[in-house]
Amino acid sequence: MEFFVQLLVNGISIGFLYGMAAMGFVMIFKSSSVLNFAHGELLAFGAFIFLTMVTWAGLPVYAAFLVSLTGCFLMGFVIERLFLRPLIGEPLIYVIMLTVGLAAIFKGLMLLIWGGNLYIYPDFLPANLSIEWGGINIPPVYVLSTMIGLLFLVILGLFFKYSSQGIYMRSVADNQTAALSLGVHVRGVFALSWAIAALVAGMSGIVLGIINGINVHDLSSVGLKVFPVVILGGLDSIGGAIIGGLIIGLLETFTGGYISPSLRDVVPYIVLVFILLIRPYGLFGLVEIERV
Amino acid sequence: MKLQLHPCGNFKERYEDELTIFETDYGRLWLAIGLSMLFGAVPFASGPYLLYVLNIIAITSIAAIGLNILIGFTGQISLGHGAFFGVGAYAAAILATQVHFPFLVALPAAGLITAIVGMIFGIPSGRLKGLYLTIATLAGQFIIEYVLIHWDSLTKGTRGIVLPPVSIFGMEIIDERQYFYVTFASLVLMTLIAVNIVRTRYGRAFIAIRDNDRAAEGMGIPIFKYKLLSFGISSFYAGFAGALWAYYMTSITAEPFTLGLSVEYIAMVIIGGMGSIAGSIYGAVFITGLNETLRWLTDIFMNIDALQGVGLTIAPLRELVFGFAIVLFIIFEPRGLAEVWRIIRSSFRLWPFSY
Repeated sequence: MEFFVQLLVNGISIGFLYGMAAMGFVMIFKSSSVLNFAHGELLAFGAFIFLTMVTWAGLPVYAAFLVSLTGCFLMGFVIERLFLRPLIGEPLIYVIMLTVGLAAIFKGLMLLIWGGNLYIYPDFLPANLSIEWGGINIPPVYVLSTMIGLLFLVILGLFFKYSSQGIYMRSVADNQTAALSLGVHVRGVFALSWAIAALVAGMSGIVLGIINGINVHDLSSVGLKVFPVVILGGLDSIGGAIIGGLIIGLLETFTGGYISPSLRDVVPYIVLVFILLIRPYGLFGLVEIERV
Repeated sequence: MKLQLHPCGNFKERYEDELTIFETDYGRLWLAIGLSMLFGAVPFASGPYLLYVLNIIAITSIAAIGLNILIGFTGQISLGHGAFFGVGAYAAAILATQVHFPFLVALPAAGLITAIVGMIFGIPSGRLKGLYLTIATLAGQFIIEYVLIHWDSLTKGTRGIVLPPVSIFGMEIIDERQYFYVTFASLVLMTLIAVNIVRTRYGRAFIAIRDNDRAAEGMGIPIFKYKLLSFGISSFYAGFAGALWAYYMTSITAEPFTLGLSVEYIAMVIIGGMGSIAGSIYGAVFITGLNETLRWLTDIFMNIDALQGVGLTIAPLRELVFGFAIVLFIIFEPRGLAEVWRIIRSSFRLWPFSY
């Protein structure tokens, strides 16, 4: 029973992280229908900037946090401006392959700069964040990740619902041509959505780095885990990303705990195939599948 | 017979003119010269290392042609080609070691098995298109990878399988030069088949589906059937190439057949030129050349003591250069090397009035 509850807690925490990583992915897809294969690299980028700021530059944690989030935000802008903008209106495969190429570039750059070693952040989380409850121990990182996940969900939810930029983004996602004719600055929206997505990705990269340590390969492979999550939740639903993340996280930890650890990594993809066959638009996605 | 030169404009009068492979007799002549050079002179002029690179190029070209039929002609993006290549390699290895199939039977048999596996993973294409299909094939890649490693009784897990030496009609194929004939004969054969597939009704159906699937359906093309067929043909090529590769490497493990390999194949198709059979070969040459050059550079740096640190740090350069090659081609020449080649040729032909 204790094992079960511990798995449950782990699953929920990891699920929240997957959900956060998926949120950034969904943001990009929602506004510009780009499937971002470089998402894992964006995660790793955030984690490494934070690492450099904390250890090399010796900034206090809060300042380092702000600097790295700003860095990710700008990175998103730059990526959109340099690479994605020339491709607006091109066929899907070019855009997909471009993000695959970007992933390779980023991975190479990060390996060049930081190498393939495993780094660990200095311990800076206050110990009183951890929760002890009837023999179950929740480490502070998990508490923090859940809190941050919820915080971002609320902020993004409010942003999309009430801010003018958020409404522009939704309008572009809904119908690009109509939004353009009504005077929405579509290119600006694309740039902003990439920037915000990179920021969210960097954020989740930092938290993942606190839990598992920072390694280019590990963090960028999380970018591929995002696919089952977003398909399960619905490619264009931010809330769905969190729910999908939770389900995939739980599924992974329970498979790893009860069935076999090696099956753990492949289970999300098996689920993915079945979802695609039964309900391709996911749990909360917009039902817009044409059968041809 | 008078050799016919390339005309300066489009003077085609019949449908057969559109479908022809060689537009002029010079094309035939050059191909004949090229092929006789390839088989007569190249294997004797090149050393073992160059022969090795050429063999790898021939094998990857076959797989790239298969992927081009799926992506470039049918418009279905697959991220599982590397895994299908692996399925072919394992099918050949298992058929050769456990059922004792001879080489010439194991090769097409491995292709057929891979075609069936590919069609199974192509089934989602009946309901899905575009992004969703890409993600489905991504899942296929991971599932196949997992099965290759963990179906221990059949694939021997991480220990790998050692294949018997190749023998064709009692003749043992041992050195690189002999294998050169095997790989390039296969490449010529498979290219010939591919070039002819895309100009039959099947190929035209594929192209119709790529250009507009709803219109194709409206014109009476059973889309699902043709998509599956395209998956089957593409996987057959992948499996055939995988089987050749397995025999060439003599022992295989599941390690190389990762998502990275799939991405490499897609890069070949894009860099070479989507919707061009010759383009797939250019792409395979380009990527294999790039890989070998970078490996060579790393080796040089590693052997100089003072620069060993540099050698270690440029290992990730491969990733970087590879990424830049893809990105630059997509942004500046999305139709690939085949288009570059076409532009060069036509500017010669139309000289001095080329634009």
